[in-house]
Amino acid sequence: MAESFLLKYVHDPGQAGLEGYLSRGGYEGLRRALRMAPAEVTEEVDKSGLRGRGGAGFATGRKWKFIPPDPGVIKYLVVNADEGEPGTFKDRTLLEGDPHRLIEGIAIGSYAIGAHQAFIYLRREFHRARRLLERALAQAYDARFLGRNIQDSGFDLEVVLATGAGAYIAGEETALLESLEGRRAMPRLKPPFYPAVKGLYMQPTALNNVETLCHVAWILARGADWYRQQGPPILISISGHVAAPGVYELPLGTTIRAAIDAAGGMRGGRPFKACFPGGSSSAILSPAYLDTPMDYDALAKLDVPGSMLGSAALIVMDEATCMVEIVARTVEFYRDESCGKCTPCREGTIWLSQVFDRILHGTGRGDDLDLLAGVARGMMGTCFCPLGESVPPSLNASLRFFRHEYEHHIRTGACDVRAVA
Amino acid sequence: MTTGNREPETGGRGRGEPPHQRRLSESAKDEIRRLMAQFPQPQSALLGALFVAQDEAGYLSPAVLEDVSAVVGLPLSEVTSVASFYHLYYFKPVGRYLIQVCTNVSCTLDGCAEVLHHLRARLGVDVGQTTPDGRFTLRTAECLAACEEAPVMMVGEDRHGKLTPETVDAILAGYAEPRRPTPEAR
Repeated sequence: MAESFLLKYVHDPGQAGLEGYLSRGGYEGLRRALRMAPAEVTEEVDKSGLRGRGGAGFATGRKWKFIPPDPGVIKYLVVNADEGEPGTFKDRTLLEGDPHRLIEGIAIGSYAIGAHQAFIYLRREFHRARRLLERALAQAYDARFLGRNIQDSGFDLEVVLATGAGAYIAGEETALLESLEGRRAMPRLKPPFYPAVKGLYMQPTALNNVETLCHVAWILARGADWYRQQGPPILISISGHVAAPGVYELPLGTTIRAAIDAAGGMRGGRPFKACFPGGSSSAILSPAYLDTPMDYDALAKLDVPGSMLGSAALIVMDEATCMVEIVARTVEFYRDESCGKCTPCREGTIWLSQVFDRILHGTGRGDDLDLLAGVARGMMGTCFCPLGESVPPSLNASLRFFRHEYEHHIRTGACDVRAVA
Repeated sequence: MTTGNREPETGGRGRGEPPHQRRLSESAKDEIRRLMAQFPQPQSALLGALFVAQDEAGYLSPAVLEDVSAVVGLPLSEVTSVASFYHLYYFKPVGRYLIQVCTNVSCTLDGCAEVLHHLRARLGVDVGQTTPDGRFTLRTAECLAACEEAPVMMVGEDRHGKLTPETVDAILAGYAEPRRPTPEAR
């Protein structure tokens, strides 16, 4: 039987402090890791099957194995705490509720890859998380879970807390590194700039998400076998028209329907209309897909291009939602957050947004839907990084499932959804 | 890292300077140097340095951008270019408290339009503007990662959720009168 552990203590008073954390078994994972060889720690994480929880879902153990073991090479571990995918709020929940868990995961990961300096790139708007992390870091140094010769193991680690300055693109790993180096957050070309090869300051760098490193702390504390038996769990951020929006710890593979039920079901019992299963960068799914398991493969192999688990941000919409308005808002978001480096993303998002503007203002044209689809087609496979290519999935899915809403807007200049709501 | 709402110190060239000519204080420069020492390469401290400057001067005036450039040892063009990329740096004076209303998908689904409409009417300003008393600047924001409490806004460094027009009024009342004359009020 699976037990909740990632969220188990996040609402307990005192958990954010060292004493509370230690009293509930905190830093046991790090103590165990330090008794193992670094390669064994990586092996344990690999065996757990953990996949990165930032959105890309890459196997964490495999990622660490790409880092060259040569002790003569300077390596870094960087934490992506720049949570910004619309609908995602699980990292903020962990940061505010269990900051020592992240620090423990950082220390374990750094030990595994042989890094002696780690950086947390924290979203600037997370003021409360910053204050709690600053205090937790100071406590961890004082208690010798960080610093020189951690717990007399001979391992040294310094952790530096840095913040962003407001830029969604900085969540993309190479753009994050640019930003952490003090530049505009524009993505780097891959190859050659894979972080594990040429990362921060051109040194091999492991880039991990907050939730991922919290999983790591638990895996080392309880073992990979125990972890696998738990599901394994993921944190799903559920928002929108459900009765009880929030972060839920559910086994990987829980269906969308069961996840909505976990969040109290549809608000006011109104019928489900659509959802984003993995943040606004994923495709929109219609009621026909409610029984799809929320796991990496099941969502990715649906017949809806761009359907993905991503950061597991389930945004739920009921029947009173105007899909044209929602997709227009999404397009605007990517338009405003495009870094401007590549033309398809910079121009494509502006063009799409202009077409949406006129459709919503009642001046849409008969061929606008072909135009939207055509621009979206021009953005697929042509953008420099995933940001631009995050736009077509929801747009195309909405054109497929809710085409009549677009047509009604264009034909009448009004919304037919609001009329029945 | 510094906190956003601290009292400004008097700039290095004295109290009498108009705000746009005010220079960074020595303690702000020391704070920037402390940030630089944290990183293998000092440019990594640039984002933090810009916040130190902005927190002290109220916004990134040409004068403090020059000071940041001198302390961090980067060309002014590079410092300005980096600052202009990010949403949270201001090149014009802003109010004592910055109100950022999330207008992304989850907040849209939960009625952020009503909240924004109410704020506009209540404050008598449009998005991007500052109230005449210099107390609030109203802006919209992208997803603030607090969708469980949608609709959400930040006032200064504080997050407020589950907003309705009524709770917005109560929240605004909780923010005191400006503790310093704003640049516009001078």
